[in-house]
Amino acid sequence: MNRKMVYFMTGRIILMVGALMFLPLVVSFIYRDGGTLSFLITIGSCAAVGLGLSLSFKPDSQVIYAKEGFLITALTWLTVSAIGALPFVISGEIPNFIDAFFETVSGFTTTGASILTNVEGMSHSMLFWRSFTHWIGGMGVLVLMVAVMPNLSGRTIHVLRAEMPGPTMGKLVPRLRDTAKILYLLYIVLTALEFVLLLCGGMPMFDSAVHALGTAGTGGFGIRGDSIGSYSPYLQWVIAVFMMLFGINFNLYYLLVLRRFRSIFRSEEFWTYVIVVLAASGLICWNIFTRMHYAFPDAVRHAFFQVNTVVSTTGFSTVDFNLWPELSKTILVLLMFMGGCAGSTAGGLKVSRLVLLFKNIRRELRRLLHPRSAAAIRFEGKAVDNSTLSSVNTYFALYMGLLAGFVLIVSFQPGFNFLSNFTAVVSCFNNIGPGLDLVGPSANFAGYGGFFKVVLSFAMLFGRLEIYPMLISMSPSTWIKK
Amino acid sequence: MKIVVVGCGKIGEAILNALTLEGHDLVVVDNRDHVISEIVNKHDVMCVCGNGVDRETLSEAGVESAELFIAVTGSDELNMLSCLIAKRMGAQHTIARIRNPQYNDKSLGFLRQQLDISMSINPELLTAQELYHMLKLPSAVKVETFSRRNFEMIELLLKEDSPFIGVPLYSLRERHSAKFLVCVVQRKNQVIIPDGGFVLQSGDRIGLTAKPSEIQKLLKSLGLAKKQAKRVMLLGGSRIAFYLSRMLMSSGTDVKIIDMDRAMCLKISEMLPGISTICGDGTHQDLLLEEGLLDQDAFLSLTGMDEENILVAYYAATQKVPRVIAKVNRDEMAAMATSMGLESIISPKDIVVNVVLRYARALQGSMGVASIETLYQLMDGGAEAVEFCVKEDSALTRTPLKSLPIKKNTLIAGIIRDRSTIIPAGDDMILPGDRVVVIAGEHRLKELTDILR
Repeated sequence: MNRKMVYFMTGRIILMVGALMFLPLVVSFIYRDGGTLSFLITIGSCAAVGLGLSLSFKPDSQVIYAKEGFLITALTWLTVSAIGALPFVISGEIPNFIDAFFETVSGFTTTGASILTNVEGMSHSMLFWRSFTHWIGGMGVLVLMVAVMPNLSGRTIHVLRAEMPGPTMGKLVPRLRDTAKILYLLYIVLTALEFVLLLCGGMPMFDSAVHALGTAGTGGFGIRGDSIGSYSPYLQWVIAVFMMLFGINFNLYYLLVLRRFRSIFRSEEFWTYVIVVLAASGLICWNIFTRMHYAFPDAVRHAFFQVNTVVSTTGFSTVDFNLWPELSKTILVLLMFMGGCAGSTAGGLKVSRLVLLFKNIRRELRRLLHPRSAAAIRFEGKAVDNSTLSSVNTYFALYMGLLAGFVLIVSFQPGFNFLSNFTAVVSCFNNIGPGLDLVGPSANFAGYGGFFKVVLSFAMLFGRLEIYPMLISMSPSTWIKK
Repeated sequence: MKIVVVGCGKIGEAILNALTLEGHDLVVVDNRDHVISEIVNKHDVMCVCGNGVDRETLSEAGVESAELFIAVTGSDELNMLSCLIAKRMGAQHTIARIRNPQYNDKSLGFLRQQLDISMSINPELLTAQELYHMLKLPSAVKVETFSRRNFEMIELLLKEDSPFIGVPLYSLRERHSAKFLVCVVQRKNQVIIPDGGFVLQSGDRIGLTAKPSEIQKLLKSLGLAKKQAKRVMLLGGSRIAFYLSRMLMSSGTDVKIIDMDRAMCLKISEMLPGISTICGDGTHQDLLLEEGLLDQDAFLSLTGMDEENILVAYYAATQKVPRVIAKVNRDEMAAMATSMGLESIISPKDIVVNVVLRYARALQGSMGVASIETLYQLMDGGAEAVEFCVKEDSALTRTPLKSLPIKKNTLIAGIIRDRSTIIPAGDDMILPGDRVVVIAGEHRLKELTDILR
């Protein structure tokens, strides 16, 4: 194993995160909120650790294989989360390191689950940093590094594959670096568009920035106690629509730029996503309109917003859906598993995986009836090979197994009921944010003990990196030299 | 430059690797998905899985906007058809690998014209030409020719008794009467562009340039010149052997081919009357000795197996056959063979890659302002020799070379003026209209002015 390259890359990433912290540093200058020193200290330590790592582990060769790709990804995300927690601890706004770690992991993994009991008491720079972690983690730290750092070998694709969500990874253009650049460019343009639309709707500058960053990464850290609830209907609509947009595969936006409309039109995953969103919104709208006495426009808006917040795994909320009828809550919890499209910033199982699973089930059922049938499975107009199918099956089994494991461990926490524990794990594992009951939209995760916060943090990392990188880096055989 | 490569076998992969390192954007088409997934992991290219003749597949690969289209699948017919379709779809230049001797004889010109193929590659023919060149020149390891044969570079391995060892380069030049320049040295895995104070060691592989007329003199003073090969034994009746025998026989050389396959032997003797073909297992030393290995001037192992070629060539070298060349296709095997002490290795893959690279460079040069004439990879790609045409307004002209601020690891190896070659010294200068051969280490040169600091 090319250990030097693993440490070297990790060092480079730490340096990059240090550089990214200049943005919240600037925010702390603007608002003079006292966060300056803690960011300066963190940037200093990033520079020290990053330079130390990348200078003391100069790799002899840049060649990496799948294993190194997984390790670099897992290690990077762990260290970046630990470093990202420092400003909160140093400034004393989240004095406990485990709390700060949970909050940062929740930020980078774009979960949006918080342990803060009083969000409105936080300083501007800290709030900005919290939402900025969403934005960085949404498209990915390593994707950003590939876009920025020159002279990486073609094998860097192993790193990208480990970080990008979805069953397969397709390049947009021949060069990996150009692909990463295009993705970030689209990401920045969409974020800026939302920022402008929010500003036009009369949202203050800072709030617009924070919410645009939070939506883009499909994160969901709000800056008010009731999340988005107190903003105007127009602003809620803008955020709802953008949540939906960020849950779509970014490749489609590139096709849009290239004006290849027919390819977009033919995307099965896209249509499945849209149909599911509309159907679920319709059902919930009918349910809450008849049972909750909302005005019709409000019912439509709340239903659409809540469905998108869950499907895109963002986690903003306009109402406390914990108070909604059981049918609506059930639909929302089921949607939590689905998540967005592959190649988006959303979490969850991904629509394409579910479509493939469904098609595979249909084929297996047919095989029971016609034992000699030989049928290929087609997806997005192409035959899917068996190795992809079996990896999707394996992923699903692993996903369910880990989910059960996490629920079991979290259930040791005294004082929480099954619904809270279950939805807390589902919500963290799928990078959504709020669950139901004690961890619902109006509550938070502060009640969990330190150990359980760490467990839930790991659930978030497992979910964001799609299990394998974390699993491989935690297996002893990876590290022990025989 | 956007380049589409169809077919991803050994040669396809070598081509795409070299072209990606050059900074081109590559799209690869192959119909085997396990090959595709392997390529995506190893190289920074985009892959399309599908048939290289299918319009839909080619369109997905973006052939319409491709500047260069290269078809190197295993089948000649597929390559030709694929190039034709690509050309009709809008690819600007097409290269097809056409290796069947039948297509290569009289019909090639017609085919190329009708199918509008910019260049056809026949790896076996190119290899045979290279081998012929090696055999006809005395025992320098390798010969590269630049600028329409006005300028040559020979690569040789320094043995312990060589008079070059242990003396700084500047005093070497004074000691030998011939004008020459040591322009590149490979020591272990490192490639060095030496300066005047550099001292050579035994085991170094060096690249020498000199005027063609003086090369013989130089080699004689080094004690390396030997008589031309008159009797040649070839192991393996491959296509390379066929082309090579044809060339050798027309220059009056005795050729003996050993092959295991009786049908192959008969076919060769039918096509090349006068050749002696032996049907037998060339890995048996008895057979080789019986057929007069010891009397041969040269022994070439050209079978399809790298391992066999290396071992038999090694045996021939121990039997003191003056010239032994082994065909080795895989890079790692070539490195191993060199470390075993085999001096001459030839790789058809490298030859094809060189030809394609040269074409791509020229293509790119003609699109921009650069004026690269030819490009050669030296020392396993560790260094490059690039030939430029000097323009009227170049910043380098009319200044003595010693006062030009030239980058480290680059060297002006030769100036060709009015068909005569100048092996440059510090007082020489470049004039407009000259051709200049530059040797560069790690820098990738695009223009002549790139060599300045």
